[in-house]
Amino acid sequence: MQNILAIWQREIKSYFVSPVAYVVLTVFLLLSGFFFFSYLSQVIQATMMQAQFGQSSQPIDVPGIVFKSLLQTTSVVLLFVIPMLTMGLFAEEKKRGTIELLLTTPVGHFQAIAGKYLASLTFLLILILTNIITVLPLFLYGEPDLKPMLSGYLGMFLYGITLLAVGLFISTLTENQIVAVMLTFGVSLALFVIESFSAAATGVAKSVIDYLSVMSHLEDFIKGVVDTSHIIYYVTFAFVGLFLAYRSLESMRWKN
Amino acid sequence: MIEVEHLSKIFNGRKAVDDVSFYVGKGEVLGFLGPNGAGKTTTMRILTCYMPSTDGTARIAGYDVFEESLEVRKRIGYLPENPPIYPEMSVESYLDFVAKIKATPSSRRKAQVDKVIEECSLGDVRRRIVGRLSKGYKQRVGLAQALLNDPEVLILDEPTIGLDPKQIHEVRSLIRNLASTRTVILSTHILPEVSMTCNRVVIINKGKVVAMDTPEGLAAQMKGAERIALTVDGPPQDIREKIQSIEGVTGIHSNEGGTDAPYSFTVECRLDTDLRPVLASTIVSQGWGLLEMRGVSISLEDVFINLITQE
Repeated sequence: MQNILAIWQREIKSYFVSPVAYVVLTVFLLLSGFFFFSYLSQVIQATMMQAQFGQSSQPIDVPGIVFKSLLQTTSVVLLFVIPMLTMGLFAEEKKRGTIELLLTTPVGHFQAIAGKYLASLTFLLILILTNIITVLPLFLYGEPDLKPMLSGYLGMFLYGITLLAVGLFISTLTENQIVAVMLTFGVSLALFVIESFSAAATGVAKSVIDYLSVMSHLEDFIKGVVDTSHIIYYVTFAFVGLFLAYRSLESMRWKN
Repeated sequence: MIEVEHLSKIFNGRKAVDDVSFYVGKGEVLGFLGPNGAGKTTTMRILTCYMPSTDGTARIAGYDVFEESLEVRKRIGYLPENPPIYPEMSVESYLDFVAKIKATPSSRRKAQVDKVIEECSLGDVRRRIVGRLSKGYKQRVGLAQALLNDPEVLILDEPTIGLDPKQIHEVRSLIRNLASTRTVILSTHILPEVSMTCNRVVIINKGKVVAMDTPEGLAAQMKGAERIALTVDGPPQDIREKIQSIEGVTGIHSNEGGTDAPYSFTVECRLDTDLRPVLASTIVSQGWGLLEMRGVSISLEDVFINLITQE
């Protein structure tokens, strides 16, 4: 436990001594703010139009629509941000040779992975928190429905832990951070856009594609539906990523 | 303490370590000597559980490095070829981190960190950022890190590389002090270092052990003949003839400077015969001036070059 904590602490500190944390946070906040503003103004414009033409039969749920759109966009932004959080986790240790320290001390592979993964999760939580700050004005000027918000953030977190696990695994494969970041981005993007192939596919292929897509599972959370099968999907996916990372570290000790 | 038996490691069909066996007893300092690419680092990486061997076994303190890796890792301190530092950390926080991952109880951690800072004389830089330190200091931080868990076995890959002469001297005496209670393996290609710090030497070339002995033993092994260097004031031609006629002399080689007077040359004579008294009395009785006479010992360097060029 002490090992996991020590590695977690060192990783968090290294995020914040390097420019990575600040760049990521700044860009993420700027984008969240920009999209929040742009969606809000679009929706308000739409309500004004509706009022003008007198079609007020169905009132528009302003905070609800703004929040859903923002969360969908945030999931795309995270697609770019998460590879940056995971690229260095193992690749940098390999490059610096500190992996030799880590693997020749009594630290287990599991503990090394856990410490690093938890550090990246912590950073993800910080990002989600800043996103919550961005949407706070909705509570000042309206009465948004809290449930879809909570489920939306839960979905965002689960989506994040999946991509982080994928990134962590890829980081164990190379000592080059650029390779790690590009591969992670590529794989995440593939999991994200795979959904668009589902229209062309039929039968089993279609259901497999639908199931694999990280986005299709997020939709329900954003709508306010918490479905256990989606939770199982994300957790399983994260677990597979971490397991592969574990095997990848272990393979360094395999006899060839 | 360290038993290595028939260790081999194959990388992509190339044998980096080939059937290496040696034994290191408790409290011994073993020098691992060899040219670059001889397999020193690979052997050390296998001993520290960083990579597995292809064949053969290695045991440290009775634990197999492959089967009981955790027990081994608890007992070793390892300084890799490049000190494993996190450049953004301060010396103190780095050592504190390493102490934590080496499972030092929190009550003893501060004291332990202070102790290694003291031992490696890092007091002046303890709050500095590791990445900004000079190579010598980084090396010492690496050494400090290896000592943190008070290991029974120290494995040091070229510990004095990048240090200035004063620091080299300090590190060597540090290693000698440590050796009283610990077992040390160190690799180097600085030959005098071996004779100064090690009880025993393993010379390795192209993955194979080519010699294993004490530094003195190795030098003695190499001695085919006793050599005596002389400088004599007198006619070179006469001197050569006279000395050639002495019983037991097998050869005379003129040193640089050639045949000018005073004549300086090296006499080779049969092993186990000390011809110095005879030589001296012969020269003096001829009325020549004996300016210098000394026995020439064969250095470890000669042994090393000889062994690794034999094949």
